[in-house]
Amino acid sequence: MGILYGIMALGIYITFRVLKVSDLTVDGSFATGGAVSVMLMLSGVSPILSLLCAFAVGLLCGTVTGLLHTKLSIPIILSSILVQIGLYSINLRILQGSALKSISVDKYPLLINVRFVSRTILIGALIALALIAVLYWYFGTEQGCSIRATGNNPAMAKSNGINTSTTTLIGLALCNGLVAFAGGLMSQYQGFADVNQGRGAIVTGLAAIIIGEVLCDIFFKKGSSFWLRLTFVIIGGIIYYLIMVLILWMRVDSNDLKLFTALIVAIFLAIPNFRKGAAV
Amino acid sequence: MLKISNIFKTFNKGTVNEKVAISGLSLTLNDGDFVTVIGSNGAGKSTLLNAIAGTWLTDSGKIEIDDIDITRLPEHKRASYIGRVFQDPLMGTASDMWIEENLALASRRGQKRHLLPGITKAERTHYAELLKPLNLGLENRLTTKVGLLSGGQRQALTLLMATIKKPRLLLLDEHTAALDPATADKVLSVTDELVRRDNLTTLMITHNMQDAIDYGNRLIMMNEGRIILDISGQEKKQLTKQQLIDRFNSLSDQKLESDNVLLS
Repeated sequence: MGILYGIMALGIYITFRVLKVSDLTVDGSFATGGAVSVMLMLSGVSPILSLLCAFAVGLLCGTVTGLLHTKLSIPIILSSILVQIGLYSINLRILQGSALKSISVDKYPLLINVRFVSRTILIGALIALALIAVLYWYFGTEQGCSIRATGNNPAMAKSNGINTSTTTLIGLALCNGLVAFAGGLMSQYQGFADVNQGRGAIVTGLAAIIIGEVLCDIFFKKGSSFWLRLTFVIIGGIIYYLIMVLILWMRVDSNDLKLFTALIVAIFLAIPNFRKGAAV
Repeated sequence: MLKISNIFKTFNKGTVNEKVAISGLSLTLNDGDFVTVIGSNGAGKSTLLNAIAGTWLTDSGKIEIDDIDITRLPEHKRASYIGRVFQDPLMGTASDMWIEENLALASRRGQKRHLLPGITKAERTHYAELLKPLNLGLENRLTTKVGLLSGGQRQALTLLMATIKKPRLLLLDEHTAALDPATADKVLSVTDELVRRDNLTTLMITHNMQDAIDYGNRLIMMNEGRIILDISGQEKKQLTKQQLIDRFNSLSDQKLESDNVLLS
């Protein structure tokens, strides 16, 4: 489950760290991915194909946010909230009106599931590695570089002939594609798709990214390579999950879980600043 | 090659902060012209460069490069004709990316960006050779993040990026103003070298009158969104600072005692 958080966080990394924008669409598209995947499998589509469809639908969600931003000049944070809210209804439609649709691991050949943990970890790790490799390759290409430049310095990007609207759009689409893909994996793992599955996805993703970065900075020097940082995003996802398990194990009321999530993210956000302060 | 006809630009139209930045400006540049631009603060110098580069669109008038109408073209499309260095050394480069990645981005200006590798081996060697003459030691630091460079190094790099793919027009917006005097001199001489080598048509804004006289073959002075003086050829070569100040005083209603105002 931690690995799945990590995979979702890889998507969020694209918008949050590469494009340097906050995209809240993910809270919606994570659930959309789960819903699409489960509904397709229930109608007989293979689990792998259903994940690819989830990815495609995620691309579409990100594109809508991107178009609202680039064509209608609505700030990204607002347009992503609008899409997120809209997706809630769409997700209910996809799930045919029910808030929860379960899929039995006995009747369908699910890729991963709580039932077989070791296989889930193996497949999850393989998918994560493959995604890191693909992202590493992609952000080294001409197109990937132009997305990085857009996030880094839009004025420079434009004056070097980069259409920053297009690159922002691509980045948002990719982010949500990956998040929806992770959402599909999550619903296979849990054995159901839940319309509320995506609630707090952005915070979970940020937690994974930030925990990963803090650890990466501690173990390796600053400015470590891109693939290492991506690997640590996955590790961050796992650690975030372990912390959550620990908190539940300490018999904390599960209703308070979100509060602890917020606290943990706040703590990890503050750590780099403390470290800086100590160095001065 | 550049033809600007009667352009206007007003900021914050209809508000108390309304500011006419450019009012009815026309300018024609010939191939290979190296023009220095001077004028007091608020004269519209940077506005002129932004109008040409397409940072925003002008209210009216027409801008052409090589008889192609670019008046309504977005900034990233004009970039295939234009190389640009900003006043702020942070503006012209991507600080989290390597030196070689920045150069690779610039050398793909005006091209479609595909899924090919962002930088090739051959390019790396080429970039090292281009950086060597700058004498800043950057050729050995190709995989250093640009954010770790000094302002002067960043401006020199931006200059190289602006000219790496020979632009039809080079726009320099006080690109040495934020540097210490020694570094500024160095960057200026690199500028002069590059412009001469490729015979680049160039517009260079400067706050330093002496530089405006020393560099280029043509000098224009701006005031209140218009060009009030345009000197070139032999007359420009013999120009002195005092003459410039006198000309400014007689042409504008503002009075200058020395070049202090222009320098500030």
